[in-house]
Amino acid sequence: MGRLSGTYALIRKDVHSELRTRYALNALLMFVVTAVATILFALRSDQPTSSVLSGLYWVVVFFTAMSGLSRTFVSEEERGTTMTLQLVASPSTVYFAKLLFNTVLTFSMTIAVTILYMTVFSNAFVIKTFSIFAGTVVLGSLGFASASTIIAAIVAKANTRGTLYPVLSFPILIVLLMTVMNATTKSLDGEEFYSALPDFQILIGYFLAMTGGSYLLFEYVWKD
Amino acid sequence: MKFAKYGSITLITFVLFAGISIPLSPTPQNWLQFPVIPGLEEKARNILYHVPVAWTAVVAFLVSMYYGFRYLKTRDIDYDIKSVSAAGLGFLFCFLATITGALWAKFNWGSFWNWDPRETSIFVLLLIYGAYFALRSALETEEKRAALSAVYSMIAGITVPFFIFVMPRIMSGLHPGAKGDSEGAGPVVQMKMSPNMLVIFLLGLLGFTLLFIWLLNVRVRLARIEYERSTHHE
Repeated sequence: MGRLSGTYALIRKDVHSELRTRYALNALLMFVVTAVATILFALRSDQPTSSVLSGLYWVVVFFTAMSGLSRTFVSEEERGTTMTLQLVASPSTVYFAKLLFNTVLTFSMTIAVTILYMTVFSNAFVIKTFSIFAGTVVLGSLGFASASTIIAAIVAKANTRGTLYPVLSFPILIVLLMTVMNATTKSLDGEEFYSALPDFQILIGYFLAMTGGSYLLFEYVWKD
Repeated sequence: MKFAKYGSITLITFVLFAGISIPLSPTPQNWLQFPVIPGLEEKARNILYHVPVAWTAVVAFLVSMYYGFRYLKTRDIDYDIKSVSAAGLGFLFCFLATITGALWAKFNWGSFWNWDPRETSIFVLLLIYGAYFALRSALETEEKRAALSAVYSMIAGITVPFFIFVMPRIMSGLHPGAKGDSEGAGPVVQMKMSPNMLVIFLLGLLGFTLLFIWLLNVRVRLARIEYERSTHHE
């Protein structure tokens, strides 16, 4: 099995088993709705500033990701399919398939949060510089997925998976969170595209470093 | 290890006494006078303890990462013992750096915590250590515990350059070397200490590093004994 066709087959497998139960999709969507509703209750009729809103935006994305993204590996452990995967595919194939699947999940999550935010904060959450926002969401999703995929692989081998996942991920994700919050504020304030270039450089560097590191280390996590 | 033991005790005792007892003078005449730094005055003495402790915390993290890497390559459990012993000491020094820094910040900048880039970095380092030990306690078999915690500390290590090189340049801060610093932003701060203070400062760096080496050695020997006992009982 070639690497590309193998990756493609594994993603198809994950998408199929996800569509069969819709466990992650439903859970993530409900989590987003619950979190945004809680924020609405907390803010009541206050008009939040752009930096508060972009902070809360990524808080929702972070905790939603923490509730759902570990499924990719935990479900393999729970169903006892880890061994089969180890036999049929090389570690790097498994890693890139899971990374792509998580990227798609994170990206659709940010889209859902964006649509919700634009509806419920129709006065305050107005994206003035769309190019910055699009770049932030795409690069942010990539970085988010690359860090949370390797942590999910680690957590799947541990006992207390649910609580451990955010604990392990948060210190790794702080750089990313601070950068995307900064860039999102710029897009809400209507700043020029070039003003967000340093943020984009950090996001690209973070994604490349995290993916490269995970690619090299994944084998040690995956093989028993 | 006798060298590290007595060396660190001698050096740290000397740095403690010299750092506290040498008087300040607006125009230092000889080696037994520190200059007065406007805004810092007597509080400047803390640099002789705060910076070496923070430096040792980072060294301990790198040492722990290095032994983790060696474990993954060789699968020799002794490297894991070294790695976790270094991480435990790193946590201690990280804690000490946070306390000495927070006290200094209170009396120089007005509050214990200001979310300056370096304060954020040490907070993240504390969180990484906390997560590292939480992960270790959640893994049962020792091979898995050793391999996965080594991988985690290396993944965490990937983010370290962002904190050291990137964040201080884009965030304004209070520590020297932050964005907007008239001396220039960057990880390497220009040394403008008076020569006698610099000598004591460097001796402090050496003393605390030796203290780390000695404590690491003691901890590793203790952990080896505990490991042998636990395997004999089974």
